Amino acid sequence: MAMLAFREALNQAMTEEMERDPNVFLMGEEVAQYQGAYKVSQGMLQKFGEKRVIDTPITEAGFAGLGIGAAMIGLRPIVEMMTWNFAILAFDQLFNNAAKIRYMSGGQFKVPIVVRGPSGAAHALAAQHSQSLEAMLAHVPGLIVVAPSTPADGKGLLKSAVRDDNPVMFMESEMMYGQKGEVPDGEYVLPLGVGDVKRGGKDVTIIAWSKMIHVALAAAEQLKNEGIEAEVVDPRTIHPLDETVILDSVKKTNRCVIVEEAWPFASVGKEIASRIYSQAFDYLDAPIGHVNGADVPMPYAHNLEKLMLPSVPRVIDAVKEVLYR
Amino acid sequence: MATVLSMKEKTKEARKPRWSDLGLSSARLVDFYKRMLLIRRFEERAAQEYGKSKIGGFCHLYIGQEAVGVGAIEALREDDYIFSAYRDHGHALARGMDPKGIMAELFGKVTGCSKGMGGSMHMFDASKNFMGGYGIVGGHVPLAAGTAFGTKYLGKDSVTLCFFGEAAANQGVFHETLNLAALWKLPVVFVCENNRYGMGTAVERAHAVWDIYQKASAYDMARGWFDGMDVIESYRAVKEAVDRARTSSEPTMLEARTYRFRGHSMSDPIHGHYRTKEEVEEQKKSDPIPRFAEELLRGGILTQTAVDDMEAEIKAVVNEAVEFADQSPEPPAEFLHENVYV
Amino acid sequence: MATRIEMPKLSDTMEEGIILKWLKKEGDAVKQGEIIAEVQTDKADMELEAYDSGILRKIFVPEGSGAAVGKPIAIIAGAGEDISALLTDKRSTEAVQHHAEEKSSAPVETSLSQRSPETTVKQVSNENGGSRVKISPLAKKIAQEKNINVSTLAGSGPMGRIIKRDVEEVLSHGATAFVPRHAANVSTQQFPVSMMRKTIAKRLVESKTTAPHFYVTSEVDMKRVIEFRSALNATGEVKISYNDIIVKAAAYALRKNPNVNASWMGETITQHGEIRIGIAVALDDGLITPVIRDVDAKGLAQISAEAKDLASRAHERKLKPEEYSGGTFTVSNLGMFDVENFAAIINPPEAGILAVGSITEEPVVENGAIVIGNRMKMTLSCDHRVIDGAVGAQFMSDLKKILENPAVLAL
Repeated sequence: MAMLAFREALNQAMTEEMERDPNVFLMGEEVAQYQGAYKVSQGMLQKFGEKRVIDTPITEAGFAGLGIGAAMIGLRPIVEMMTWNFAILAFDQLFNNAAKIRYMSGGQFKVPIVVRGPSGAAHALAAQHSQSLEAMLAHVPGLIVVAPSTPADGKGLLKSAVRDDNPVMFMESEMMYGQKGEVPDGEYVLPLGVGDVKRGGKDVTIIAWSKMIHVALAAAEQLKNEGIEAEVVDPRTIHPLDETVILDSVKKTNRCVIVEEAWPFASVGKEIASRIYSQAFDYLDAPIGHVNGADVPMPYAHNLEKLMLPSVPRVIDAVKEVLYR
Repeated sequence: MATVLSMKEKTKEARKPRWSDLGLSSARLVDFYKRMLLIRRFEERAAQEYGKSKIGGFCHLYIGQEAVGVGAIEALREDDYIFSAYRDHGHALARGMDPKGIMAELFGKVTGCSKGMGGSMHMFDASKNFMGGYGIVGGHVPLAAGTAFGTKYLGKDSVTLCFFGEAAANQGVFHETLNLAALWKLPVVFVCENNRYGMGTAVERAHAVWDIYQKASAYDMARGWFDGMDVIESYRAVKEAVDRARTSSEPTMLEARTYRFRGHSMSDPIHGHYRTKEEVEEQKKSDPIPRFAEELLRGGILTQTAVDDMEAEIKAVVNEAVEFADQSPEPPAEFLHENVYV
Repeated sequence: MATRIEMPKLSDTMEEGIILKWLKKEGDAVKQGEIIAEVQTDKADMELEAYDSGILRKIFVPEGSGAAVGKPIAIIAGAGEDISALLTDKRSTEAVQHHAEEKSSAPVETSLSQRSPETTVKQVSNENGGSRVKISPLAKKIAQEKNINVSTLAGSGPMGRIIKRDVEEVLSHGATAFVPRHAANVSTQQFPVSMMRKTIAKRLVESKTTAPHFYVTSEVDMKRVIEFRSALNATGEVKISYNDIIVKAAAYALRKNPNVNASWMGETITQHGEIRIGIAVALDDGLITPVIRDVDAKGLAQISAEAKDLASRAHERKLKPEEYSGGTFTVSNLGMFDVENFAAIINPPEAGILAVGSITEEPVVENGAIVIGNRMKMTLSCDHRVIDGAVGAQFMSDLKKILENPAVLAL
């Protein structure tokens, strides 16, 4: 067990997987010489050489498609998107090729690719660089969507993602790359599609993932002072969703708040709520509460940016509302 | 290159068939012809079956363009890879995929080459390295760079051949791929089948530069065009490009100048508003199939009896394919949810 | 030809049937003789057969709903045949009796196609009008479990929504009113009344209030019956029960007293030629009396076999109507429950029912000495309109004699 930053945990996962399997390689903008735009791939060029740690031109659709083609003949590419905002240029490759080749070929091909990079807002990056697009990716059958919240989860899930035979969309967070946590050494692999209870509680369930887990945990800590025991549940994988961990918690607490950075319309949180309503209807004592990013593009001004994003006070208010306090 | 020949030598040279430098046996030439004829008869029958509602959805016929697919694919080895777009039946047949499986795929049957999950636009056959037909114009082009990258990464000398229409050459991802292929020296051959129309929009109305192959000049890539109505020229051009890719790992962009005799798809009339009947009739004079037959008959490589026998044989093959497709079962209901994930 | 299927009469006492299940749906082809639905009658779950071939064009009575006998429940017709005349027939539209409504206050689920625009509008306006109780799903579930009438509660949630704490408050203040003190987990519950229970209630009230009952009780020395039964069962070929012997003995006594094997018909009294004895069989939610026919003509082995078969099929709800109707006399035996004696209510139109208690060990005087004897009490309930006291007493006297000398039954 070592105390590692999130970026170090991801680096460790990729390094270990590349050492284990010569068919794994890393490709993306600034991953090699520059040592990673966010230093996630630091030192990997020196370790594995130019053949396996590859700088690409800024051509997201091109290298995403190239990675998919390479995966069709047995390679296991890790394609780094400098951010998921730029990956929008490659969505045709991800939606129409990565997600569908197996299905439309009747199972003759598989596409074991990992596309990873930071998602969501950082600080003062304005509208085009501050988007949480997991709902768009999770909407497409054939893609697996992962959004870890801790360095240990990041390592364990990224190792699984590399080994998985499906295309895995791995969504990180720029704001969390420096965040430290205990990370098990060596072979630490977490299954995809299995959620985790980050904090136990009996009065209300707060569901969140990625960066929002930390907002939820901070809110839970404050709620404790008011005698409210919040349980914080992290699905970790968005699609396929671990319904069991969610439903078990809601059936216990009878109340639920979903916190997500993404826009509210047709969001992942709404999908989770729909499943709770249909499968745990009789356990609910209040309608599910939602805390989302505002339904606007991200503004630049610092004060407005804060207003746009979910915050601890907003989560506390939502919890009190579902508790009728 | 500028060797001066004597008259005698000149006469001897002129009597040589034009493929003498390609090392093609007579049997191989007959086979070229036979494959083109199979595609033609298969596609004619597919059109009939479409009319009988046995085939659904879009159905883009390859009639007129047979020489491109056959010549190009004949230039490949078995361990080379092929990507196609949505007009893919001809490429699948040229690759030697079973006509029964292709027809069954058109019929949406479980015995189809994609188990009925792909249909007309998505023919796949992993055993033939036939990497599939793709329906988003230009969207599959980077995949071909990917297999070329992969074979190079793995130290293999396989080459990837990628077919697409001239309309795809206006897509951004086409240019991104050409850049990556040239930058990283990938063993890939891009074959642009310029049939003059992107659906109903003529080249002149869609491209600032009408010589499509010249688009590769921006990437300093080897490039050229050939007569896509001539199977020998198709073979010659692609073979040279494939050899270059295999021996020196360099990409090539080729433009095949060809013409489709049918509409864009089955729901489209043969000439429509975008071209005249006269134009189509004029183009049919360079139909690659009778043109090659005449040449082989003249050269004594093929006899009329052999041509007639071949027609009968192919008719039987196509009949058998239709019968097989018709009698095959549909995919079971469980297939709906299978193969979404591994 | 279009045919309207009507709720058939599937038991002698059936007045209404509930459609448990449609095995065909609208639009399905049906063949003559094919089973199209399962119907719960007052006695059993029956299969409903199609009498014509065609397409099941219309279902009037949905699953879970009932219809009176003779009311239309469906239409079978040719695929394109005009059935509008049958559809608009008034009898069709009034057929359905919504049992769901009796069971709970929840609105009856109807399919969209059945819902007319006007009723849709009405439902919406009801919700807006606030007549609906606003309650969280969890609170509603708890209230149902604890049998709390939610319409009396005041909700403390947003817009007056009743939430968990409102229900819990009622529970904590008025716990004794709802929860039995000694069994916290046992709550008062209400169950819907099945067709069978309805019929039992109706018929027995009718019997006890119209047939003047009187009772004759005798005590029988069962020593010989015990020996007789042991001897028979020792052969290993049969497994005769005490009840089988009592039924056979009753038949013997009925043959000697034909005026007990009779029915009050208002103007006349019918004295039945055949002796058909019903045996009361307890079910989970009621009882049924399958009938053994021609009892006096049958041997003990046959009676025993028939009784076993009827009882087991009664439990499976597989009896045919003719197997639980037409009795002329009934034997009800509660001996297995250690009951000393009881009096039964006559099953009309029969005139007598024999209630049989347990065989008990008792000190008896035999040849001037006190020994342990085996005794059993029986009570005959008689319809005084048919049977007078002396007649009932004579029957019991004959029955007692036979049981105390059962060898005669083997004749």
